[in-house]
Amino acid sequence: MNQLLREIVAEQLRSDFPKFRPGDTVRVHVKVREGTRERIQVFEGVVIRRRGTSVSETFTVRKVSYGVGVERTFPLHTPKIDKLEVMRRGKVRRAKLYYLRNLRGKKARIKERI
Amino acid sequence: MKGILGRKLGMTQVFLEDGNVVPVTVVEAGPCVVLQVKTPNTDGYESVQLGFADKKRPTKPEAGHAAKANTVAKRYVRELRGPLSETYEVGQEVKADVFASGDIVDVIGVSKGKGTAGPIKRHNQSRGPMAHGSKYHRGVGSLGSINANRVFKGQTMAGRMGHERVTVQNLEVVRVDVARNVLLIKGALPGPKNSFVTVRSAVKKR
Repeated sequence: MNQLLREIVAEQLRSDFPKFRPGDTVRVHVKVREGTRERIQVFEGVVIRRRGTSVSETFTVRKVSYGVGVERTFPLHTPKIDKLEVMRRGKVRRAKLYYLRNLRGKKARIKERI
Repeated sequence: MKGILGRKLGMTQVFLEDGNVVPVTVVEAGPCVVLQVKTPNTDGYESVQLGFADKKRPTKPEAGHAAKANTVAKRYVRELRGPLSETYEVGQEVKADVFASGDIVDVIGVSKGKGTAGPIKRHNQSRGPMAHGSKYHRGVGSLGSINANRVFKGQTMAGRMGHERVTVQNLEVVRVDVARNVLLIKGALPGPKNSFVTVRSAVKKR
């Protein structure tokens, strides 16, 4: 990649997040704009996917809200994320946890990684 | 009309202040040198000739032409035809700050060469059936009426594709980085990486 292009990409990257990987439970603090006011909304769930590299990397968080599965995909480097906390580290054997979509309740549990 | 010459460096994406992601092409724009200013009195029309990127082994005429502007011969020389929005002087430097973010521009470049391509790729023709003993798969279709006893000029057939001048209109300048001489332009531009492009203010939007 061209040096100038690399610099422009590097400016966009955020390095203030803790390490996390699929299977981890994270709490994402999202900035939400309502009219002129800005507030923080928290989205907590299991990371089921990380894809892409560099600026285009995204991750998907899944949670079950009132019995309905909700998935939200965030660009990893977006300025819309205020803060990201890792609540729990999970032990999983694959990179994409799509199988969780078909599981509910006890079967959808993930072992903790120590 | 205002514009600048540059080099396409490649694509990436950037985040805007509101958090939205836009795909951008990074263009190394300038610094360019004004090599010649053409006026209706001397040349019959109004334009400004810009040059970008130094030439390694210029010919004597090229070197002499550039010497008038107190510079060395350039590899990429293009004219921006008037009416010009600003006054230019020979030898003046043109930098990326001629554009501001939010400007609408047209970008001219030479598209990627595709070599010999069939009519499906080259002219968006349709494919024949692949099965049921069809034997007609990706070939050229009808060449027209048999009553004409000839094939008309401009009949779409297989042949060389790409490597031609392409203008992409009405692209938005997302960001201007004067320190690095870089323009970020929303969307894709014609041509391979490191190819020369001309960026000018959009013809159809004022």
